Amino acid sequence: MLLSALYNYWVVVLLMMTGLYMVIAQGNLIKKIIGLNVFQTSVFIFYISVGKVTGGSAPILSQLATVYSNPLPHVLILTAIVVGIATTALALALVLRIRQSYGSVEEQDILTRDSQC
Amino acid sequence: MLTHLPILQVILPLVAAPSCLFLQKSRLSWAFTLLVSLAAFVVSALLLQQVMSEGSIRYSLGGWDAPWGIEYRIDVLNAWVLFIVTGVSTAVIAAARASVESELGASRQTIFYTLYLLCFSGLLGIVATGDVFNVFVFLEISSLSTYALIAMGRDRRALWSAFQYLVLGTIGATFILIGIGFLYMMTGTLNMLDLAERLPAVESSTAVLAAFAFILVGICLKLALFPLHLWLPNAYSSAPSIVTAFLAATATKVALYLLVRFTVTVFGIDFSLSALPLQSLFILLGLAGVFVGSAVAIYQSNIKRMFAYSSVAQIGYMIVGIGISTVAGLQATLLHLFNHALMKAALFLALAGLVLRAGGCALEDFRGLGRRMPWTMGAIAVAGASLVGMPLTAGFISKWHLIAAAIDSGFWILALLIVAGSLLSAVYVWRLIDAAYLQGPDKSLPEQGRNEAPLGILIPTWGLVLANLYFGVETSLPVTVTQAASAYLLGGAP
Repeated sequence: MLLSALYNYWVVVLLMMTGLYMVIAQGNLIKKIIGLNVFQTSVFIFYISVGKVTGGSAPILSQLATVYSNPLPHVLILTAIVVGIATTALALALVLRIRQSYGSVEEQDILTRDSQC
Repeated sequence: MLTHLPILQVILPLVAAPSCLFLQKSRLSWAFTLLVSLAAFVVSALLLQQVMSEGSIRYSLGGWDAPWGIEYRIDVLNAWVLFIVTGVSTAVIAAARASVESELGASRQTIFYTLYLLCFSGLLGIVATGDVFNVFVFLEISSLSTYALIAMGRDRRALWSAFQYLVLGTIGATFILIGIGFLYMMTGTLNMLDLAERLPAVESSTAVLAAFAFILVGICLKLALFPLHLWLPNAYSSAPSIVTAFLAATATKVALYLLVRFTVTVFGIDFSLSALPLQSLFILLGLAGVFVGSAVAIYQSNIKRMFAYSSVAQIGYMIVGIGISTVAGLQATLLHLFNHALMKAALFLALAGLVLRAGGCALEDFRGLGRRMPWTMGAIAVAGASLVGMPLTAGFISKWHLIAAAIDSGFWILALLIVAGSLLSAVYVWRLIDAAYLQGPDKSLPEQGRNEAPLGILIPTWGLVLANLYFGVETSLPVTVTQAASAYLLGGAP
C-alpha cells in the first residue's frame, strides 16, 4: 500500500539518484549537464507532488469543486524551472568555450592538457 | 524613505545591473557601479544604526503581510553582514578600474560590471530576506553571475574552474531547494519566523531531519567547508583578480551567515545541536579545514592559490566558533567574519596590483618586491600579519575572542590547536616576506626599477589595511555589534 500510494516519491528518489550518479560518474561534460538536469527535474516533481491534494481539483474557483490542490508549490517550481534553464544555458555556453580552447569535452582530456602546461 | 531601506538595499543594485548595460563606455559603467555600491553602503550603515538603536525591522514587500507576502526582516545579524558586504564591495570596486581594464580588455568591461552588480544584489538579497524560498532565488542569482565572472579569467583554466564550480554549486543549491520543500511540506510556510515557531511541533519527524541534513550539506558546499572545499582554490586562483577579492571577502561570508541563520534561527539551536552531533562535527571539520588548508597553502607556488587555501583555513576558524555554540563562540565567529573580510580583501587587492605590474603572482614575482613595489608589499605584509593574528591587528582580536570562548567552555586542547593553526599561517605568510625583503632580486632578469601599482588600486588597498590596524586597536564597533547579535540569536541578554 505504502509503495503504491507514494509511488511518485519513489520516482523522485530514483530520478534524483540517477541524476547525481550521472554527474559524478560521467566524464563527458554534456552528459554531466544532462545528469544535472535529471537531478533538478526530480526536485520539480517532488514539489508538484507535495502540492497535490487527493481528490482536489485545479486551483481555479468554480461551483463544482470543494477541495483544491495547493497552487503555491507549482508557482515556486516555476521559478526553479527558470533557474534550471538559466543554469543549463550557462553550462552549455561554458562547454562551448571549453571545447574551443581545449579541443575536447572529456574531463580526462582536459585534466591531462592542464597538467602538461 | 527611511522605512523602505530594507528593500532599497537589494533593489538598487538589481535595477542598476541591466541599466549598466546601456552605458557603453567602460569608465562610465565603472563610475556607475561604484556609485551604486556606495549608495548600498550608506543604506546599510543607516540600517545598522537603526537596528542598533530601535531593534529589528520588519518590512512587508508590496504591503502584503507576512504569511501571504514576502517579508524582509533585518536584525542585528543581517544588518552587520550587509554592512560588511557593501563596505568591502565599495572598496573593491573603487580599485577595480585599472585591473579590469588590463585583465579583460576593452570590449567585455560593461558586461563585467553588469554581472558584478547582479552578483552583488544576489548576495544582499540572501542576507536581507526573511523568506526561505527567496533565499534560494537570490542564491541562484548570485551563483550564476559568479560562474560567469569566474569564466572571465585570462587563462583557459578559468573556464574549467567555472564549470566545476557550476556543477558543485548547482548540486548545493538544489540540496537547499529539497530541504526547503521538506520544510514547506511539514509546516505550510516559507517565512523564517513562522518556520521557527511551527518546527518544534513536528521536530521529531524524519522529514524535518532530512530537511536539516539537505540544507546543512547544501550550505556547507557553498561555504567551502572542508572536505567540500575542492571548488574554491581553482575558482579563486583563475578568476580575474578583482573577482577573487570580491568573492573571498563576501561570498563565503554570506554562506556562513546562511548557516548561522538556518541552524540558530530557523531550526533553533537546541534542535540543531541535538538532531545531529553538530557541535563535535563543526569543531572537528573546522579544525581539519584549518590544518589541511594551512598545510596545503605552505606548498603553493601560485600566491593567489595560496591565499585561496588560506581562506579554507580561515573558514575553519569561523566554523569552530559556531561549533563552540555559546554566545562568546558565536561572537568570535561574527568578529572573524568581519576581520577576515577586511584582511582578505586587502590581500587580494594588493595581489591585483601585483598582477597588473608583474603579469603574474607566482612566488618568484615576489623576489625583491620590497624595493620594486614598497607600498603594495607593505600592504601585503600588514594584512598578512593580521591574517596570522599578530597583536595590534584586527586578526588578533577575533583569534583572541575565539580562544577565550574555547577556554570558557572548557575546550583547552581546542585553544592550543587554534594557536598552532596560527603558527602554520605564519609560515606561509613568512615565505612572502622572506622573498620580498630578504632575497635579492632575480639576477638572471634585467634590473627593474621602481614600478608601483597605480594609486587607484593603492588607495582602497591601504584603506582596508588601515581598517585592519584601526579595528585591531579600537574594537568598540565590531565588539558591541557582534556581542548584541550573538546574544540576540542565542536568546541571552539583548
